[in-house]
Amino acid sequence: MEEKKRNEAYNNYVKAKIPKTRPWPSLFNSFLVGGIICTIGQGINDLIMLWFPNLAEQTAWGYTLVILVFIASFLTGIGVYDKIGKFAGGGSIVPITGFSNSITSPAIEFKHEGIIYGICVKMFTIAGPVIVAGIVSSIIVGLVYLFI
Amino acid sequence: MYYLWVFLIGGLVCMLGQVLIIYTNITSARILVTFVLIGVLLEAFGIFDPISEFAKAGINVPIIGFGASLAKGAIGAVRARGIVGAFTGGLEATAGGIAAAVLFAFIFALIFKSKTKS
Repeated sequence: MEEKKRNEAYNNYVKAKIPKTRPWPSLFNSFLVGGIICTIGQGINDLIMLWFPNLAEQTAWGYTLVILVFIASFLTGIGVYDKIGKFAGGGSIVPITGFSNSITSPAIEFKHEGIIYGICVKMFTIAGPVIVAGIVSSIIVGLVYLFI
Repeated sequence: MYYLWVFLIGGLVCMLGQVLIIYTNITSARILVTFVLIGVLLEAFGIFDPISEFAKAGINVPIIGFGASLAKGAIGAVRARGIVGAFTGGLEATAGGIAAAVLFAFIFALIFKSKTKS
């Protein structure tokens, strides 16, 4: 009985402490920031195509994504991406820059646990499931296409 | 002019992520997994390319594009090399992004200190 009461009190406490995001401003912010990140990506891609017109479209996209990943990783390192993330929510998670951030951020945070068990292990806490899901589902799709 | 489409569609896709956060309280790992799977499905059903045609970076920069290239790579390799392609194609197509993310994360983790504690 005592325990039940205590759990209830604790749950209420947690509920009160969870930061509440007001839906409408956060939706607008995520739209704005997500749109801007994608537009920057398009700008980088167009610049690459302009400077290297002989490049295949697929290759140009490869460079674009690597550059975006680099920028996001650097911004995470100097602590700017977290600030963008607080403002943008989903707008900074869904683009490929969010994927990059999700790898760099824990790598830096757990650096003090050492290079192997800190950086190398922890960098996959979020990216790991993403890569696993991607690999498994793409293999399934490939096998399905084998038979149709 | 297509920059407007890039902005609008990219913004909408990212807003969808925010909608998921607000109404289901899911974590960022689940969001990324969800969107990668969406990308794989879109490519598998052949819907991704028509969208990509006019949305360009608006659909390729979100992690949906990552999922789509995984599936595209797997499908292409299966057609070219048979069953082994299902295993090699996906990662081959996305290796650049993954390798870059891991390399930069490693380098910057060595250089920078955690900002949250200070």
